[in-house]
Amino acid sequence: MTKQSDLVLEVKNLKTVFFTNSGLFKAVDDLSFSVRRGETLAIVGESGCGKSVTALSLMRLVPDPPGRIIGGSVSLEGTDLLALDEAEMRAVRGNRISMIFQEPMTSLNPVMRIGDQIVEAVRLHRSIPAREAQTIAVEMLRLVRIPEPARRAREYPHQLSGGMRQRAMIAMALACRPALLLADEPTTALDVTIQAQILALILDLQKELGTGLVLITHDLGVVAQTAQRVIVMYAGRKVEEASVEALFASPMHPYTRGLMASIPAVPAAGIVAPERLNEIPGTVPSLVRLPKGCAFAPRCKLAIKRCEAEYPPLADWGGGHLAACWRAEEVAEVA
Amino acid sequence: MFAYLVRRLLLMLVTLFGISVVIFVLLRVVPGNIVDILFAAAGYVDPADKANLEKELGIDQPLIVQYWHWISGFLRGDLGYSYVSEKPALQEILPRIPITAKLAGLALLFSASIGIPLGVISAVKQGTRLDYALRVVSLSGLSLPSFWLGLLILTASVAMFGQMPIFNPNPQTWLEAFATYAVPAAAVGFRSAALTMRITRSSMLEVLRQDYIRTARAKGASEAAVNYRHALKNAILPVITVIGIEAAFLIGGLIVTETVFNIPGVARFLVEAIRWRDYPIVQNLVMFIAVVVVVANFTVDMLYAVFDPRIRYTD
Repeated sequence: MTKQSDLVLEVKNLKTVFFTNSGLFKAVDDLSFSVRRGETLAIVGESGCGKSVTALSLMRLVPDPPGRIIGGSVSLEGTDLLALDEAEMRAVRGNRISMIFQEPMTSLNPVMRIGDQIVEAVRLHRSIPAREAQTIAVEMLRLVRIPEPARRAREYPHQLSGGMRQRAMIAMALACRPALLLADEPTTALDVTIQAQILALILDLQKELGTGLVLITHDLGVVAQTAQRVIVMYAGRKVEEASVEALFASPMHPYTRGLMASIPAVPAAGIVAPERLNEIPGTVPSLVRLPKGCAFAPRCKLAIKRCEAEYPPLADWGGGHLAACWRAEEVAEVA
Repeated sequence: MFAYLVRRLLLMLVTLFGISVVIFVLLRVVPGNIVDILFAAAGYVDPADKANLEKELGIDQPLIVQYWHWISGFLRGDLGYSYVSEKPALQEILPRIPITAKLAGLALLFSASIGIPLGVISAVKQGTRLDYALRVVSLSGLSLPSFWLGLLILTASVAMFGQMPIFNPNPQTWLEAFATYAVPAAAVGFRSAALTMRITRSSMLEVLRQDYIRTARAKGASEAAVNYRHALKNAILPVITVIGIEAAFLIGGLIVTETVFNIPGVARFLVEAIRWRDYPIVQNLVMFIAVVVVVANFTVDMLYAVFDPRIRYTD
């Protein structure tokens, strides 16, 4: 199986909470996972399930106050990031671990040239002359397949389209060849045709550079195309983890099943459309007042008495397929 | 761009023409002219003498003729003669301009060099004691009129040091010059500094919430780089606007400050000239101030394009 040295990232029992006026809420609760070199791990879930906070926690960029990481460990190539002081962490950010954000329109500084923004990322971590960094910046823009990279480097973000800006963001994130790339819904804000291009680009570069990738998305279609392993999160917790094949073949958590059932079918592609789109009834519970038992129980058709009383432990159902459900086996059978 | 500049320039000329008409009419609407004032002071009135003097000064002519006389001279650079000193108005005005310019420049320098960094600090440390302290200071800066602050400074320096700063018309060293202007400039610039600070703070708070600030942090940029390189450059536009407007407002503050500190600058001279209805001085001085304000506004608009690449002036 996997050797320890293959692991780029190992997260153990991560806990991130927010202190708000209405109380303390656990945005990420007891989350553990790992990413191997060159592997793509997808984190899936609805809005507010803690996906983005997980990524920000890994970068240690959770706004404090109101947020704070209160437990666990984040080991990047053997370094515990949570134990570093702020200056040491700055040397890691953008260097060994990088992040691409959801909104390319607002994530680039509007008054700095594209090239200069990449140059800054490079020079923060490599002591090289400005001219050399400029060459690297243009090279990176070429790598992300921006036409006329030298000219684009001199332009400002508002002169680029959304897809181009996201490419520039990717160029910036990869400029220092990080061991791990976090992509937080990198294609959500883009047109569908551009989405596919950007995803393909990220995967190509990942392969080329051997970067570990954590892809955060709410789109199971994206997961199927890109990831090797998937984590499904619900209300701040991991409810299921499996290889992509295992997850799509036999989801073991009712929430995962619900997510899959709510993907609209495409009749033209030969997939029979249900009469009405399936939905998961109810809404995500407030993270301030989580139920005592399984957080999904109130919305679950299969819920039994036990679900409301006790939180189901995350159990291995064989072959590294983890699920936190009292009735996981039955769920798998239905599928 | 070129067409835009030409249009702006024409607009500036129209504005200045409007101002010249307004100041000319207003001055003549004010009751009494220099002859009335002189004769009232002398205590006797011989209508013939009065008429003679008015004729000599040209203020008996129709308004339109007087206006033409002034404005055509102004365009030629002939500002006429002061009624009071009977010297050429240009000779009266020119030597006083550097004094006021130094004072105003120093006041603006104070307001920018103190207001902007404190505004940044206040925004970055939002909600801390330091932030509250800075906001209290800035609120007091906005509430204290500069002449009163000037009087307080003078009174305090007499009470504490037994002397007060006197204007030194011929400072020998650079340091002496600075000392001469620093105190009145601080008194008049305190308000601008306070305003600049508040605008910087609120503009920074807005910018610090933006996504690209998070991106900068994600690159590994230090807090100083995030605050000054990334945030301040985005937050500076409203600050420039305010400093530009303040540059125009400053002249109002200077009139009283020059009086309080007994500084022979343009602003105090203007008040004297208004009291004597010294038309050539008042008209030309106000026109000069108007030109400064119009040019300051234009400069601010041009600075926008320098600081924000999204702003481009096209035809």
